[in-house]
Amino acid sequence: MTPVLALSQTAINFTYLVAAVLLIVGIRRLSSPPTARSGNWIAAVGMAIAIFFTFLDEDVTSYWLILVGMAVGTVIGIVSARLVKMTAMPQMVALFNGVGGGAAALIAAAEFHRIAPEPGHLSGDSVGAMLFSGLIGSVSFSGSLVAFGKLQEVLPGRPITFAGQQVMNGILFVALLGLGVAAGSTEEGIWMVLLLLGALLFGVMLVLPIGGADMPVVISLLNAFTGLAAASAGFVLENTALIIGGTLVGASGTLLTVLMGRAMNRSIANVLFGAFGAAPAGGLAAAASTDGKSYREVTADDAAVMLAYAQRVVVVPGYGLAVAQAQHAVRELADLLEARGVDVKYAIHPVAGRMPGHMNVLLAEAQVPYPQLYDMDDINPEFPRTDVALVIGANDVTNPAARDNPESPLYGMPILNVDQAANVVILKRSMSPGFAGIDNDLFYEPNSAMLFGDAKSSVEKLVAAVKAA
Amino acid sequence: MTMTLLNSITVFVLAVFIGIEIISKVPTMLHTPLMSGTNAIHGIVLIGAMLIAGSADSDLEKALAFVAVVFGTINVVGGFLVTDRMLEMFKRKPSKPESE
Repeated sequence: MTPVLALSQTAINFTYLVAAVLLIVGIRRLSSPPTARSGNWIAAVGMAIAIFFTFLDEDVTSYWLILVGMAVGTVIGIVSARLVKMTAMPQMVALFNGVGGGAAALIAAAEFHRIAPEPGHLSGDSVGAMLFSGLIGSVSFSGSLVAFGKLQEVLPGRPITFAGQQVMNGILFVALLGLGVAAGSTEEGIWMVLLLLGALLFGVMLVLPIGGADMPVVISLLNAFTGLAAASAGFVLENTALIIGGTLVGASGTLLTVLMGRAMNRSIANVLFGAFGAAPAGGLAAAASTDGKSYREVTADDAAVMLAYAQRVVVVPGYGLAVAQAQHAVRELADLLEARGVDVKYAIHPVAGRMPGHMNVLLAEAQVPYPQLYDMDDINPEFPRTDVALVIGANDVTNPAARDNPESPLYGMPILNVDQAANVVILKRSMSPGFAGIDNDLFYEPNSAMLFGDAKSSVEKLVAAVKAA
Repeated sequence: MTMTLLNSITVFVLAVFIGIEIISKVPTMLHTPLMSGTNAIHGIVLIGAMLIAGSADSDLEKALAFVAVVFGTINVVGGFLVTDRMLEMFKRKPSKPESE
């Protein structure tokens, strides 16, 4: 088939410039609440322009493969984006990120296969980018799938570790570099295949030892990886749109990862290779000591009375709230309490839930007024003056061990100081440890009381009981 | 080093600075949507997949390129839609005056 209409490279590059500007404006607007939604669509328009004009590139001589592939991808993309529950958003992002990385790796593989039969045609510049794109894209693909598995709880969320793991990862990494050199210098396909397979394995090994609590940081990092993979694919194909789009994500994604890590008081190296990897020993010890400690259980009626006659209540939402879809019930409870003159605030830990901002999204869905949401630094001084801290499905972010116990794997992570409130009511399904697999000392404090059950039904019971109080 | 490569590197370096600059002041509440939005943007890799698919000769290249197009499209379409669904929730907030 001959091109329907081919534009000159200059004309196409001009449309890429327009697209790049729209992408940049889009990301910029995404960074501010009032403009975020339009920013997303501006970026989407930029993307559509770049895609449309790529059809008119003179190199594109056959359309059916692209059209069928895009049709399949569009259906999968729309269906999965529409059907996914709000609570499953983080793993959906991980999945979309993974396929992006996979696409970059496949491009590298196809380009290598196209050029390799003619030895000497691989210029040093493009082969480096090709290998980098294949390597990083594959790592991002398999790493994202593992992250998805952990968040979806197909795989255990706790860190999976074994003896000599870091040594093995180190050897694997060196082997990958060796394979890259072999593929680049011999231009033999077999080395490229081995490189891609090794990179897939490396992605799995990289994410397996990381605990669920750190998954947001990991997904953000893999997001930046995919961006870099896309950018290097741009170097291979000498395509400006790819370089700009990929690099924007690589750079902003890296910064976002650092910001998230900072919110948890952990460096990226620490997340990847650090404390949580060593958690099993501490985790086991903590679990064993559970037997020696006792906790207090409270009925919904008693808890409701506590709330109804409090002056200041702070709600601490966590992943349990998201899972149970309890946000509307929580809003109702807060409205009831406010009607009784109780001052209600929400304490949002930067990494509560599975991703930063997860709780904000959920509470916004339930139309909780934004001014009632307080960041960790703003709410922590309030806890000593708080009558009741209502912890709904949050765990690790309230663990005082992170503040007081240097032995704890969580030590150093900033937490919400809920234990300083006069009373702490904890809504939880059972005494099982949180996502990080670490026992929470908070539950055994004398001022803590447990209200067991699904977060939504517990909150609904509280609503009914507060009405009666 | 060829002129083309130097141009590419120039674009790359400038894009690094822009990427860092444009998100340096993001409220925590927008971290997730922003991650999701930038996630959709690296779906631009689809363009690379299209260029490969549109000029592939061998069956192997076609197969690789086809999967790459499917993957890239999922990344773009799913990424923007999921981001929009997240942001939709901020919009339905009661119309309190925004400080920004």
